[in-house]
Amino acid sequence: MDINRRDFLKLMGGAAAAITFPGVMLQGCRKALKKAAENTSVIWVQGQSCSGCSVSLLNGREPDIATLITEYISLNFHQTIMGGMGSTAVGVIEEAVKKKRKDYILVVEGSIPTKNYKYCTLGEVDGRHRGIREWIEKLGSSAMAVIAVGSCAAFGGIPGAEIRATGGNPTGAVPVSEILKGSNVINIPGCPPHPDWMAGTVVHLLLKGMPKLDEYNRPLLYFSNTVHERCERLSYYKKGYFAKHWGDKGCLYLLGCLGMDTHCDIPVRKWVDGTNSCTGSGSGCIGCTEAVFPDTGSRGLYKHLNAELDDPDVIENPEIRAAIMNLKRGGIING
Amino acid sequence: MAKVLIDPVTRIEGHLSVELDVVRGKVSDAQVRGDMFRGFEMILKGRNPVDANQITQRICGVCPVSHGIASSRCLDDAFKIRTNRNGRLMRNLVLAGNFIQSHILHFYQLSALDYVDITAVLDYQGRDERMERLKSWARFEIESKKGKSNEITAVGPFLPRYEGEGFYIKDRDTNLSAIAHYLDALDIRLKAHKLVALFGGRVPHLIALVPGGVTETPDRHKIREFRKTLREIERFVTNIYLEDVIAVAKAYPDYFSLGGFDSFLTYGAFEEDDEEKTLLVSRGIYSKGSIVGFDPQKISEHVMYSRYNSGSQLHPSMGDTEPDPEKKRAYSWLKAPRYNGKPYEVGPLARTVVGYLSGNEAVKREVDTLLSRLDAEINVVFSALGRHACRALECRILCARAEEWLDELETGKKARTHYEIPDAGSGMGLTEAPRGALGHWIRVKDKIIDNYQCVVPTTWFCSPRDDRGVKGPVEQALIGTPISDPKNPIEAVRVVKSFDPCIACAVHVMQSGMDMGRFRIC
Repeated sequence: MDINRRDFLKLMGGAAAAITFPGVMLQGCRKALKKAAENTSVIWVQGQSCSGCSVSLLNGREPDIATLITEYISLNFHQTIMGGMGSTAVGVIEEAVKKKRKDYILVVEGSIPTKNYKYCTLGEVDGRHRGIREWIEKLGSSAMAVIAVGSCAAFGGIPGAEIRATGGNPTGAVPVSEILKGSNVINIPGCPPHPDWMAGTVVHLLLKGMPKLDEYNRPLLYFSNTVHERCERLSYYKKGYFAKHWGDKGCLYLLGCLGMDTHCDIPVRKWVDGTNSCTGSGSGCIGCTEAVFPDTGSRGLYKHLNAELDDPDVIENPEIRAAIMNLKRGGIING
Repeated sequence: MAKVLIDPVTRIEGHLSVELDVVRGKVSDAQVRGDMFRGFEMILKGRNPVDANQITQRICGVCPVSHGIASSRCLDDAFKIRTNRNGRLMRNLVLAGNFIQSHILHFYQLSALDYVDITAVLDYQGRDERMERLKSWARFEIESKKGKSNEITAVGPFLPRYEGEGFYIKDRDTNLSAIAHYLDALDIRLKAHKLVALFGGRVPHLIALVPGGVTETPDRHKIREFRKTLREIERFVTNIYLEDVIAVAKAYPDYFSLGGFDSFLTYGAFEEDDEEKTLLVSRGIYSKGSIVGFDPQKISEHVMYSRYNSGSQLHPSMGDTEPDPEKKRAYSWLKAPRYNGKPYEVGPLARTVVGYLSGNEAVKREVDTLLSRLDAEINVVFSALGRHACRALECRILCARAEEWLDELETGKKARTHYEIPDAGSGMGLTEAPRGALGHWIRVKDKIIDNYQCVVPTTWFCSPRDDRGVKGPVEQALIGTPISDPKNPIEAVRVVKSFDPCIACAVHVMQSGMDMGRFRIC
């Protein structure tokens, strides 16, 4: 076990963690985590997913994936990593259900189709193909805790988005919380979620139990601030310096950045071992951690089409006011 | 005859299953099924065209970069703009970064456990700290779970696995070095993703790709970081990855004659000039021993065995597609795309064959060097092992070329041109994903998406039977594969996985009324 105080604090959300995890706790955490991990398994199932959450998990650094699965948790089932195939693989979750094991955390990646089980199946048991919904109901009913990773599992995400022309959704895709209505499902949204959010939430469950959650059941450790509050470009905003085109210097608000409406810590945590961030790279935030993603803006991923909600009369900055007036007249913002 | 079901095929992207008929120890028939459907194109309709660049990346978390590039190029075409030099180079660099990431992931994390004996770590005697930790963990797992209700999960997720005589490499040192390289590869593939994030903002699902180019601007620091990381990856590719492919080839020579296919298709990728006329990876069709040009009009999609109730044998522009989960005889969510009425393989082997025969010097040099080291003839590449080897060679070519692209970047200069969303327009974007040819098509009306379509690699090779009953490439490649134990059909798994299937990509709905007639490519 090579977790140290610095890694642990970083994983747990930086300075905020010092309050959640007092020093005494941290000194004992190595031993406590080892003991907890001995008794706790993770079963990770994929519904209607792109596997992006799993790929993002591989991009974890503190801990890296090898440390995570050999020292923090015991990973019983994960289709993208596991050695077993076919009935050998399905046997693991089948047995977990049959033996009524209660020693595991269920992690779900991807949404769950409700219109027909054939929209997503996993394995054949007793000569019958099994829908992913059936597995989640069975595994979820005796799990110690259920975590929905990624925006699809947490809120429906893109598979759960609306068909613009007709309304409704192609497969009746719903989040995990709709399937396991009695359970307090922890939501770790993001498209993809940051690896630290996933590993950190599991570690929190093992050491301290349920993390504090917001109204969307997101851990406050990671989702209590807006992107805007900690944005690398915040000083531009304060000076009223706005980018007119992608790639320009300045605050990205007028290009439709959703940083003001979106909760996560990416501007300080950054992607892939601290390499870059959404706002830092000049593209702005598309609101992927919010429940309404991908319809965060009234018609899409960018705020500029949401202008009907803003009242130009109360906006002081002339550039923003002019942009909103333009949008109200039916104009659009080009990049 | 024995019926053998592999459901799910694991260590791939997505939900795939395979059903085999085995007669006298050999596969006599095969059905390959895609087991998941989401309906991306239905969701794209009616949205801001610029959103397509982000939404289509979510088709696949393993190859989002390729979808992002195809979509960017498709929107460029519809908006009648072209990126600038920095934009072209940075698109190439992030695409190259993800090719390398995907190939390394495929060989080590997704495929190695079908060849390497992971339990060899229990006998580890050396001093590598990571290996010692792995060993003590594995021992602890076995001891502490013995006789308990979760005994089956000991040393998970690596065990349980298919078990049988001669399934895994016997030589202890080969196994131990492969396990150490499995751990190294985790680190190297993360570094390859670092390359993508440097210029792409994040990965999976790049945020910095937009019509007209890339929002990130190259500076000295980022270029230096990219170069340093790239060189580290290049050393791994040459000294470790390629050598491990050769080691597997020597341990399993049978797979140089198993899992072959005979027709190949590639769209080409990596634009080499600002007019976007020349490509690093060649475009073309290989059929009956020769290379011919590619014409998108010759694509049709058959659905007799696919769970859709649309008309069959239509050009992708014509079908009116609705999912039909209960359709009789249908067994897959994948359609059966055919070129000129025939199934085609796409991917690293297709790119290598077309490149080699089109006279691409880098491809020829790499292939000939490897063949002479293996003391083998060119025909061995048409096989399961051939696909693994082509991936490693492609990584070498891309590492070398990426370093030159870095030199061409202009520091501090924006990597994009501006766009205006037109009232109406249409566009096409072709590129390659690590696993094969990828195309996006859009039609814009009233400044929103009227129609959007993707034709993706795995649909080509994992396709079900077509209306004439002709099997898809993977189904055909499986025929004749020996199965020593129907309960543990590892041989079939090795063949299927050599194609690197990605099911999330492969399953999608074509919307009606796309006019692809105007698209003509060389």
